[in-house]
Amino acid sequence: MKLLSRYAECIFWMARYMERAENLARILDVHETFDRDSRGGKQWEPILRLNADETRFYEFYDAPTAENVIRFYVLDENNPTSIRYSVRAARENARTLRPWISTEMWTQINVFYNHLSGLGGRDVETQRLSALCAQVKEASQTHTGITEGTFYRDQGWYFYQLGKYLERADQTTRLIDVKYHLLLPSVAEVGSPLDVSQWNALLRSAAGYHAFRRVYPRGMTPQAVAGFLLFDQGFPRSVSVCVRTVNRFLTELKSRYHLRGGDPALEVLDEILAVLISKPIDGVLADGLHLYLDWLQIRLADVAGAVGTGFFGWPATSVAGSQKQTA
Amino acid sequence: MDTPADTARNLLSGYDPGGYFCELFGNAANPADHARQIRDRIASFDFADLRQRAHSAELELFNLGITFLIQSASQAVDRILPFDVIPRVISAGEWANLEAGVVQRVTALNLFLKDIYSDQAVIKDGIIPADLVLGNPNYRPQMVGLKVPFDTYIHILGIDLVRDGEGTFRVLEDNGRVPSGVSYVVENRNLMQRAFPDLMADIGLRPVDNYGPRLLNAMTEIAPATAGEPQVVLLSPGAYNSAYFEHIFLAREMGVPLVEGRDLVVEDDIVYMKTTDGLARVDSVYRRLNDDYLDPRAFNPDSMLGVPGIFEAYRKGNVALANAVGTGVADDKAVYAYVPRMIRYYLGEDAILPNVETHICREAEGLKYTLDNLERLVVKPVGEAGGYGITIGPRATAEEIEDCRRKLLDDPANYISQPMVPLSVCPTLVEEGVEPRHVDLRPFCITGKSSWVLPGGLSRVALRRGTLVVNSSQGGGSKDTWVLTGGPGR
Repeated sequence: MKLLSRYAECIFWMARYMERAENLARILDVHETFDRDSRGGKQWEPILRLNADETRFYEFYDAPTAENVIRFYVLDENNPTSIRYSVRAARENARTLRPWISTEMWTQINVFYNHLSGLGGRDVETQRLSALCAQVKEASQTHTGITEGTFYRDQGWYFYQLGKYLERADQTTRLIDVKYHLLLPSVAEVGSPLDVSQWNALLRSAAGYHAFRRVYPRGMTPQAVAGFLLFDQGFPRSVSVCVRTVNRFLTELKSRYHLRGGDPALEVLDEILAVLISKPIDGVLADGLHLYLDWLQIRLADVAGAVGTGFFGWPATSVAGSQKQTA
Repeated sequence: MDTPADTARNLLSGYDPGGYFCELFGNAANPADHARQIRDRIASFDFADLRQRAHSAELELFNLGITFLIQSASQAVDRILPFDVIPRVISAGEWANLEAGVVQRVTALNLFLKDIYSDQAVIKDGIIPADLVLGNPNYRPQMVGLKVPFDTYIHILGIDLVRDGEGTFRVLEDNGRVPSGVSYVVENRNLMQRAFPDLMADIGLRPVDNYGPRLLNAMTEIAPATAGEPQVVLLSPGAYNSAYFEHIFLAREMGVPLVEGRDLVVEDDIVYMKTTDGLARVDSVYRRLNDDYLDPRAFNPDSMLGVPGIFEAYRKGNVALANAVGTGVADDKAVYAYVPRMIRYYLGEDAILPNVETHICREAEGLKYTLDNLERLVVKPVGEAGGYGITIGPRATAEEIEDCRRKLLDDPANYISQPMVPLSVCPTLVEEGVEPRHVDLRPFCITGKSSWVLPGGLSRVALRRGTLVVNSSQGGGSKDTWVLTGGPGR
């Protein structure tokens, strides 16, 4: 059956926003639960820098207190990088897609959104944040499971996977960046017990500790963790696995459905893959991890932009792969 | 009559229809024996259990997103259509009569539309005044001389019926443009099957779940002959339309894309939809847009929702539209008064379903009668929908009556009046227990090559005590409508 361009776009964004909600919860959770500076205190401002949200934040809030930042990222519907915003956007897309998706997919997202929209200030106090993040992760994973079990696998399913894995690749780069932004360690602190425990926390927030231990039974260095999250071929959240998955689904859209709109996006993916393969983690760290992650984020956005131009009818001149749905 | 007082103390023992015809009890002359078994089951329910199940049912509607948008001053709010769990029951015999009446009416209305867009014999023969038709804002001269498949103009018709004090069904209004509500008929049944399997077990109900396939079949029948399976789509004004849930529902049931104007383009008088694989031809459009918004080139040039050029594609026979353009003239509240005469004129039959007695204020006689009897009549503007602008004489204050009189004298042609029909009631679950509430009935009829009536229809219920206005925009709710397959009829 033919797929409306607008539907393809809605599927792509529904997947992105659900994936984003899960990753936002992961980032907040790791921050709240583990990250402390060397004095044991907690800073919330770096998390704003992570998403380049400072300007938007200070429009509505005066100070980056725990309360304000958490509210901003969990409840604030004006903030396009908040959990509630993401789930609402996923729900709006799912609503449009009701004729295309299973009733179970729709109902779960609808109930999830209704639950979130009923939350108030007290539900996001710091002592409850971890439980709330767990809820969000679980709801997103429930969505993933229902989708796996009920979403009909024609070309629409491929656009779902494209959205999901592009978003996940992007979010993993941001998760690694948390570490960079939050606590830029002095040379002396690199490899210190505190430094290592923070990398450990990061791995756990991506549910990657056990996976890491398969590859590295002993020890934990920043190089090994960053390299694992970027390049590992078996870890489902690594940037490399996500990018390869996007590449595979775009190729299959072409071979199975004869859709050629993905060619420009495949070219960008080739470039990303070449970089991922050619530069080992030591080189990445030596040149600057943050710059590398920035470059990845920009090129992933270019892939999304090319998918939009090729399939959704976005004008070729549109801001490449905006993080936010416009239509 | 099996009056509530006869039975032991139970959920219905305090129930008093208050002199109205009751959908579950009938009246003294016509007791509703067919509903006895259902009554007994309802009576035996525990009140707390019933309320609990009703609450779960409404929560389920909300979770499923079976909602409509209400526009308030500042924002649009998602609301469920309040659902009452006590069904309205129609016997097999009553239904056979209703079904025949609906088919008769849609047949006459389609003949009327064909006539006024071709020979206009009905006008020449003096059955209906020319200016009422040709001067009607919903008359579309662009349709004159255009041939439509099977001479069907109204593919989907919803007829608003009320039941008077004697239990006679009467037509209150025809909806021949884009009637809505059918999604609730199907969803209400789905809900009842989940929440009250014990109430409906072994009763023998006509199913309602084949509306989607029937509609798709009609849309396919009217499609122009092109290669392969016709591409049907549902054209919606979009997510901000109050009936958007229904658009979703119908697209889903038919298994067709739900498109908006921006998804379609017309090139060389062929309609296409924009897909991931480029443009794909569209053959048949179930449009939920009024004529005015359909095509800015042919109708309202300010429409942002429509599809430029689609009317020309339609004129050329390259795409089918349901309903056809220009059906609004047939469901006009003033034209309504002439439908019984149309039935006689075109079919040589008496109307199976009588109208409510109607006074046409554009006629001197009707105006005089209306002005002389304002306190007893319901005065309706002919152009409005959704229960807006109605003055109910017996319930109006002196001030409202005088206001209505001024409006009538100002623009008499804009009004009709009808006696206040003592709408039938149905037992309805309210805070305090089970009480009578007024109901109407909107059956739905699909016509392609032939006509098919969905068994039952939408029963709307006025949830506020004493009110007669059942419209969802005015705080009405709905009930499941059970058409029995057999058993005692009337």
